[in-house]
Amino acid sequence: MLNIDKISKNFGGLPALSDVSFDVQKGRLTALIGPNGAGKSTLINCITGVLMPSAGHIRFENTEIAGQPTHKISRIGIARTFQNLKIFPRLSVLDNVLTGLTCEGGDSMLMAMMRLPYLRHRERQLKLRAMAALDRFQLTGKASWPAGILAYGDKKRLELARATVGNPQLLLLDEPVAGLNSEETAAVGHQLKQLRSSGHTMLLVEHDMDLVMDIADSVVVLDSGRCIAVGTPDEIRTNPLVLEAYLGRIEATA
Amino acid sequence: MNNKERIIYFISLHRTGLWVIVLSLILLLYPLFEQNPYTLGLTNLIAINAIVVLGLNLFIGYSGQISLGHAAFFGLGAYGSAVATVYFSVPAWPALILVAALVSLVALVIGIPILRLSGHYLAMATLGMNFVFHTILLQWDEVTGGPSGFAGIPSLTIGSFAFDNEVRLHYLIWSVTLLCLLLCLNLVRSGVGRGMAALAGDEVAAAALGVNTRQTKVKVFVLSAVLASVAGSLFAHTYTFISPDSFDIFVATDFVIMVVVGGMGSIWGSLFGAGLISMLPEWMDLFQTYKDFVHGAILVLVLMFLPQGLVTGLIDNARIRLALRKRHHAEH
Ligand SMILES: Nc1ncnc2c1ncn2[C@@H]1O[C@H](COP(=O)(O)OP(=O)(O)O)[C@@H](O)[C@H]1O
Ligand SMILES: [Mg+2]
Repeated sequence: MLNIDKISKNFGGLPALSDVSFDVQKGRLTALIGPNGAGKSTLINCITGVLMPSAGHIRFENTEIAGQPTHKISRIGIARTFQNLKIFPRLSVLDNVLTGLTCEGGDSMLMAMMRLPYLRHRERQLKLRAMAALDRFQLTGKASWPAGILAYGDKKRLELARATVGNPQLLLLDEPVAGLNSEETAAVGHQLKQLRSSGHTMLLVEHDMDLVMDIADSVVVLDSGRCIAVGTPDEIRTNPLVLEAYLGRIEATA
Repeated sequence: MNNKERIIYFISLHRTGLWVIVLSLILLLYPLFEQNPYTLGLTNLIAINAIVVLGLNLFIGYSGQISLGHAAFFGLGAYGSAVATVYFSVPAWPALILVAALVSLVALVIGIPILRLSGHYLAMATLGMNFVFHTILLQWDEVTGGPSGFAGIPSLTIGSFAFDNEVRLHYLIWSVTLLCLLLCLNLVRSGVGRGMAALAGDEVAAAALGVNTRQTKVKVFVLSAVLASVAGSLFAHTYTFISPDSFDIFVATDFVIMVVVGGMGSIWGSLFGAGLISMLPEWMDLFQTYKDFVHGAILVLVLMFLPQGLVTGLIDNARIRLALRKRHHAEH
């Protein structure tokens, strides 16, 4: 479904990604792991058009998307969350989720100003869908709160609700459990599993090895901007390159 | 549901519409109680300013941009209507629409390049635009009458009914203002409005949610310019005389102050801001002399202590307090 083909990205001459290639298969959960600074977020930013790759191709369902503007990539069905939360603190929790349906709310300013009956009807439908998404992530009781006052874990879940409410074809998750305690992590892991069994395709950036080994179908390992291994969780667990480059280092710092 | 619950549900569902109806009724009856033409003239001015502020609030408050140049669009509307009706004998209503259409083109042509800028740079660019426009008004005196102004603009009419006294103007201008209010309220409660709010919150996040950020900025800029132009046309026909001073950079900043005082991203706050700042000089004589200082001080104080604007800031704070208290109860 998503084909990353020899992607490179330099920041002022310093390479953050070099010749990274892998595929994300439809209906599967692909995990992208690697130490801090490996280039995981940079890759997500390249896929979503926030950053322009210096070289290489990114194809989604066989169409080139590298270098397209972010909103176009979003509109073909690629949704994402952000490593350092980007919720809208002044908007209510419900409105935050509704922004995830922006593309479906109609585009025309003139129509919106008239508030024609069909738009009113559509608004109601969208609200119902947003409430259902809040329900999935246990945020129903907080729908009218300003999102800024939510606890950190709730904010993380709110981002997930906003990213999934539009039923995207591909979901890019940048460290959705970072900073959560083990109980919250398990809950999010459970929700990710549910999303996968309901047919979502996901690319999950994550540090938590237990979680990744538990829920991923395949794993891609980045180290210093290079893709050093691709395989099933079991293959990755025993891959000497990975053990040396990544797991070893974590043990060294732990 | 019993009847009482049904009524409460109905009210909560149609809250916005009901407020508009209440306001309309008050305005409908207002001239019966207030016959002083001076006071009516003042409330008419508030209504005209409110139209500009509504549009500007969409641009500044909802979409998170800045413009210190909307007095130029206000002035284009006023001088456009004046020139069209006096020199070309175009009837006033078609002139108003024609001028608004032209202003939308001007705003489009200016907006596409300058909306690549943001923050201080956008503020400077729009300020510069207003400065250039004001200079043209002063210099091009064959057309604009220069510093001495443009007189003899006809009143608006419907058939043989002329809007030439304060009571008639009251009904006319407030009708237009209420219409604009309604359109803006509808806009911000739509998907497009949420896209604008997302844009104000975080441009990258908005784009990742599918908002075409550049196009949205330009569209809102054009919309706000059109509203300013309509207000300008009404201004010209109301006073039948206009001069460049009504469209200089101090007026442009006054519009921004009205937005800030009323509240960023609050449609109702726009009315309040326009009302308060338009009335201030009436309350203090001394004020006239130091007007620009006082307005500047208000702007700085509000931005320092309530960056969301006065009304919105207070309401937001109340909402957050309330929700925090609920959260506290939920946790214990
Ligand atoms: N906008 C940027 N400008 C310059 N360097 C950047 C930028 N974003 C990321 N980098 C660098 O690219 C490398 C990869 O960063 P990142 O993708 O955030 O890593 P990860 O998400 O895997 O922890 C880091 O060395 C980081 O300093
Ligand atoms: Mg990262």
